[in-house]
Amino acid sequence: MSILVNSSTKVLCQGFTGKQGSFHSEQALAYGTKMVGGVTPGKGGQSHLGLPVFNTMREAVKQTAATASVIYVPPAFAADSIMEACDAGVGLIICITEGIPVLDMLNVKAALKANGARLIGPNCPGVITPDECKIGIMPGSIHLRGKVGIVSRSGTLTYEAVHQTTALNLGQSTCVGIGGDPIKGLNFIECLQMFEADAETEAIIMVGEIGGSDEEAAAEYIKSHISKPVAAYIAGQTAPAGKRMGHAGAIISGGSGKAADKIRALELAGAVVASSPAGLGEAVLAAIKHKAG
Amino acid sequence: MNLHEYQAKTLLQKYGIPVPRGQVISVAKQTPTVTSEIGSSAWVVKAQVHAGGRGKAGGVKVVKSTAEAQMVASELLGKTLVTYQNAPDGQPVNQVLIEETLPIARELYLSMLVDRSLERIVVVASSAGGMDIEEIAQVSPEKILQEVCSPLNGLVDYQARNLAFKLDLVGDQIAAFSRLLKGLYRLFKENDLALLEINPLIVTTDGKLFALDCKMSVDDNALYRQKALAEQRDWSQEDSKEAVAHHAGLNYIALNGNIGCMVNGAGLAMATMDLIKLHGGAPANFLDVGGGATAETVTKAFKIIMADPNVKAILVNIFGGIMRCDIIAEGIITAVKDVGMQIPVIVRLEGTNVELGKQMLQSSGLNIISADGLTDAAKQAVLSVA
Repeated sequence: MSILVNSSTKVLCQGFTGKQGSFHSEQALAYGTKMVGGVTPGKGGQSHLGLPVFNTMREAVKQTAATASVIYVPPAFAADSIMEACDAGVGLIICITEGIPVLDMLNVKAALKANGARLIGPNCPGVITPDECKIGIMPGSIHLRGKVGIVSRSGTLTYEAVHQTTALNLGQSTCVGIGGDPIKGLNFIECLQMFEADAETEAIIMVGEIGGSDEEAAAEYIKSHISKPVAAYIAGQTAPAGKRMGHAGAIISGGSGKAADKIRALELAGAVVASSPAGLGEAVLAAIKHKAG
Repeated sequence: MNLHEYQAKTLLQKYGIPVPRGQVISVAKQTPTVTSEIGSSAWVVKAQVHAGGRGKAGGVKVVKSTAEAQMVASELLGKTLVTYQNAPDGQPVNQVLIEETLPIARELYLSMLVDRSLERIVVVASSAGGMDIEEIAQVSPEKILQEVCSPLNGLVDYQARNLAFKLDLVGDQIAAFSRLLKGLYRLFKENDLALLEINPLIVTTDGKLFALDCKMSVDDNALYRQKALAEQRDWSQEDSKEAVAHHAGLNYIALNGNIGCMVNGAGLAMATMDLIKLHGGAPANFLDVGGGATAETVTKAFKIIMADPNVKAILVNIFGGIMRCDIIAEGIITAVKDVGMQIPVIVRLEGTNVELGKQMLQSSGLNIISADGLTDAAKQAVLSVA
């Protein structure tokens, strides 16, 4: 078992014939992801990486029965791509693109809600279930199939968590990069809920950062709904207030969104919070031991 | 991206929102022309900087004569204004806005923003204008009113009325407030604003509404389609190194420490700063070089980090991801040579071909320390500046 994606997930790529779309689709195919084709408007009918190219998502879904779509199009067109996937009936949409205007995301969220579709991202590395399905830009080689579910707002910190759990031979069930934007698709709570219900996931690592209050909301949820051990790390303890730290969503404003508040909330909820990004592996071991003891 | 008050007020006028009569000047001797064009018997002279707290810092002054106005303008222009928000460095005053004074009966608060948890545009209003919203939230949270806009219908009339009545507006003010609010909503959406704040929104003694002060910031992600606004960006208000980095396509934020940081990924970049602090050091900056980390981007990043004279060592932390560590190592070596680096560079690499990458760094004959993992990298960096 795993969450969100597995070996039978049929994946389309939007922006398929572009540089990013081509490179990462090739990597995904090499990893064993069941890619079934892609969309580039105007290039329908061609073949790319041995797969069919379509003009529209509607046509692509009709021909391939795809259940997921990954988006590698520039920010000016990404919101449109998400809505197109949504309208075509794709249940899981993964948007890697960074830099989508916030107001566009408000419309996207309304469309997702109306269609009952799930979005991962934008501005994220994607989702992977090791040995089964890799959708996104993460390096497949660092993963090891196993028992830790990982959910993170940061791409490279997800890789740190993966690297450390692989080194400890714990492995990962599924890793979800939910992205660094203020308005996004799946959030911590939805992922925690899925990990709690997944038999293969025995422990959860959650990586947050400054900005917003999603970690505090997740802490509340952990307190009342999560029985599995949870380890966490929050980036940005030294970040100055009022400055956007790379990610559009990473900003301390009006005294809220501070790392210290998030850490306190998670600790109160019983999570083991690592003080260093190098301590994620040990933190999850400690969390497992604590729950067992 | 932030706009100046005078730029924001020009936009307000475009959307039919009343503002005091005024003009912006950059040379004090323009004062007499401006005061006579505005009329009035008293004026307010306001320093244009991207920071709140201007009044308390002496950046806003009421004057009773043209001579006094000119004196205040010449005092402010060219000065660096330090407020509680931009301390300790302050920001340069390159323009002052001269406006008519108006007879104030009431001061209200009004703002519009994208609420992250509601995922909607929200209007916030309060009868306790003139104070910071954070202060209102602490002192009298019951005075904070809110209306949530639906993506389908936007801001509708009844919502404006809800606020108007709770703000104790009366008679014609109700309709005037509704018009104003709907204008603001249109302005917010059409210009991709991230924040719009009018504080205070005043009611004059003869019952008229005016936006007395205004702050606007534009969503950086939308600047590609807001070209006219992007052109109004005043780089003098931003850290000069941050401005250079922005033009080089790098994400850089200056801090006060002495260990420069170059990292791939925003989250890991923040985590690296935290790690330096955890081991007793102080980071000099936040810098995300992105996924590429080619010789070219690393060289650019080194140059920006080195422009800060406080930097005594540089910590490079790259999780290779799909890009191979040997290629990244080659990029770092080339960049260290190109820049003529004098200070130690501590490098932590992880990912594919990491052993080869480390070997290349160690045998480069340069002042590069190849670290074993994150913690070792932070410790070595802190040690090298001790």
